[in-house]
Amino acid sequence: MGAHSMSQRFSLKFVANAAAQFDVIVVGGGNAALCAALAARKLTPSVLLLERAPEHMRGGNTRHTRNIRCASAGNGYSAQEYSVEEFLEDLIGVTGGPANLDLAKFAIQQSRDLPHWMSEQGILWQPALAGTLHLERTNRWFLGGGKALVNAYYDALSRVGIAVRYGADVADLLIEDGEFRAVVLLNGDTEEVIPGRAVVVAAGGFEANIEWLKRYWGDAADNFLVRGTPFNDGTMLATLIAKDARQIGDPKAFHAIAVDGRAPKFDGGIVTRLDSIPFGVVVNRFGRRFYDEGEDIWPKRYAIWGRLIAEQPGQIAYSIVDGRTIRSFLPPVYKPYQATSIKDLAALLGLDAATLVDTIQSFNRATAGNSESIPARLDGVKTHGLSPPKSNWALPIDRAPFYGFPLRPGITFTYMGVEVDSNARVIQRTGRPFSNVYAAGEIMSGNILTKGYLAGFGLTIGSVFGRLAGKEAASHAGR
Amino acid sequence: MPGDDLVEEASRQLTICNACRYCEGYCPVFPAIEVRREFGKGDVFFLSNLCHDCRACYYACMYSPPHEFAVNLPQIMSEARLESYKAWSWPSSLAGSFRDIRKSIILAGLAIGLTIALALTLVEPAKLFAVHHGPGGFYTVVPFLVMLLPALGLTLYGGAVWMVGGVRFWKDTEGDLPYPMDFRVLAQTAGDILKLKWLRGGGRGCYYPKAHAAQARRLYHSLVYYGFLSATVSTSLAAIYQDILHKLPPYSLTSAPVLFGSIGGVAIIVGVAGLLVLKVTSDPVPANSPSLGLDYVFLIILGLTALSGMFTLFFRESSAMGIILTLHLGLVAALFITVPYGKLVHALYRSLAILRHHLEQSQPRRNAKGH
Repeated sequence: MGAHSMSQRFSLKFVANAAAQFDVIVVGGGNAALCAALAARKLTPSVLLLERAPEHMRGGNTRHTRNIRCASAGNGYSAQEYSVEEFLEDLIGVTGGPANLDLAKFAIQQSRDLPHWMSEQGILWQPALAGTLHLERTNRWFLGGGKALVNAYYDALSRVGIAVRYGADVADLLIEDGEFRAVVLLNGDTEEVIPGRAVVVAAGGFEANIEWLKRYWGDAADNFLVRGTPFNDGTMLATLIAKDARQIGDPKAFHAIAVDGRAPKFDGGIVTRLDSIPFGVVVNRFGRRFYDEGEDIWPKRYAIWGRLIAEQPGQIAYSIVDGRTIRSFLPPVYKPYQATSIKDLAALLGLDAATLVDTIQSFNRATAGNSESIPARLDGVKTHGLSPPKSNWALPIDRAPFYGFPLRPGITFTYMGVEVDSNARVIQRTGRPFSNVYAAGEIMSGNILTKGYLAGFGLTIGSVFGRLAGKEAASHAGR
Repeated sequence: MPGDDLVEEASRQLTICNACRYCEGYCPVFPAIEVRREFGKGDVFFLSNLCHDCRACYYACMYSPPHEFAVNLPQIMSEARLESYKAWSWPSSLAGSFRDIRKSIILAGLAIGLTIALALTLVEPAKLFAVHHGPGGFYTVVPFLVMLLPALGLTLYGGAVWMVGGVRFWKDTEGDLPYPMDFRVLAQTAGDILKLKWLRGGGRGCYYPKAHAAQARRLYHSLVYYGFLSATVSTSLAAIYQDILHKLPPYSLTSAPVLFGSIGGVAIIVGVAGLLVLKVTSDPVPANSPSLGLDYVFLIILGLTALSGMFTLFFRESSAMGIILTLHLGLVAALFITVPYGKLVHALYRSLAILRHHLEQSQPRRNAKGH
């Protein structure tokens, strides 16, 4: 699109509509956007939040979250200490170092105040969910999960009188000489221009845009499942980039886990994941193993399997377990394919029977004599002379019935975003920030996360930078 | 939805809940889901009676309709609850009234009609419409035994049906757990029941009438519940006055039976009115319409019983007393019918479900797998 001519065209309407100007316009409707709107409202009553989704789908990927990672001095919301230093070490451990260390430190330092602030907004808490004790010290759990959190935030918006529009399809941002002037909404065939003194863009990444993913992944992207909202198609990210915002993060990179291949294309959320992988073997469409299923404890490894499967032919794999281990992992949503022999299971899964039988027989020979396994820790019960190896929990697959789950890559989020400064202002390609364009949440998380993920850290980034962006945008508008 | 389809659909939704577990902090249903991997009829019936229909999970669920997973636990639990009432009731011909509101209404109508017919047949019209004073005035209209015997008969009958239902509940839902009765479990159960604890939802109350938590439902239900108990105390005290102290009714306005009865009556009327308003204005999506029908029949009969009881008190010195008392007794008879064949069974099964839940949770976890 000819951005310049469009700007010319809209600047005329902009003058005509000047009466309806807002101090702060927030584009997006998830955690970061909601935090931004609430923070802005502290400084100005003139705040508008534009949520692309209809009301029942509001909240973006926040709907699927369940906890937030916060540093803690060991009082109040957590009985145990989680220091800023330890938090930063954890982050460096999984990401190999944040893109912008200062922003990472800021997020972590500010995270200490979040539980208190969130409680003030009406968020309720609960103990760590059963079986997630490894996160008990580092993460706070909100009662009922992400949609309950989103509902509480929208209630808070309504209490303080922040205008919210659902189904608000923001197609463009009017920016002239590095200064934001207005948002352009699509209402069916007509365009609506809403002027504002500052804008906070908190509209998520582009993981739900399969065509965009195809630029980096080719047709393989057709076989990706998107775990979150179908509305994160990256329209705002593309708009900012088109307006010369500086891009940050590997465009090909995404966080993806193994989900059941029968899951919905979009919005399957938490329940479609499969925890069966360390309890058996995983084969590709040719019936061959391709990676060490027992490399490390599952909470540390589950997030590599999305990418591993994305790189397999047809972007599909099959988790095979037997009667001994079928009850060892969380009950899955979809019933497994079940057969009394590996040969019959291969037929059900559409795999070559001879190859699958050979793979399982080789695996069983390499695990001969292994009879006990301890799922809770690295037990060293491994294969002998097999490639790729299985380093832990390698029990033979020999107890009928045999079970198979089809696996697909399930994308959680993308890493690429726009660069921001320490005031959450979006930086232009020239290196200078836009004067009144702010970004928060997934759209700028690439400033901190380059790869890997720390559970609950996405909400930390969204909350801290949402609040910062909202505050800065409102104070800019008041100048 | 026929029984097998219902269990299958409930099982599908509960399996999704079991893979998600975000609602774990709301109520006992979710910890009870988590110790299971499969959901058969007994599990579904047990969980449905443990569910207090607070709807917190429905509004917190990212899979609620129109999501293709269409998780709507309050709705399917209500439907399963109704099916369990029917399955555990006796005999099956009358148990049908749980699913068919017309049968409920006919049963109630019969009770009222028979009472009035009985009064008209047995009582001389002159007495029915006369003004009565002094001890034994009520019995001049409807003789004591005519009041007592049907009530006693219906109570015994209702009690017997409840016994059968309770035994069936336990048989259907017991599973393979051992059941040591210990004091702590019984105390927890009694506490939950007396406090109507799980009408607190996730802490801020039930989500009625719409998506916001409030204590209104718990408050109104408490009024009905304690009002009912107060009215029961009143009746028991009246029996003591009459049969032990040999003091015949009516009693003075400041006497214990009248005070307890009046407090109970007013509480029931306010509570019933509040619950009716909440139901009428509530979100229809998480509701199950046959269950609503059963609720309405019960609430209206209970409300009218309390109302007619208060009227009997107000007009006991007038010529209208006879006909009001007769009507009141008719409504009481209809109320007795709802003990075995109406909404009141929820008191039995929900209590048993809470007991069963505490017993189950006091056992070592069978399935400690989490995420």
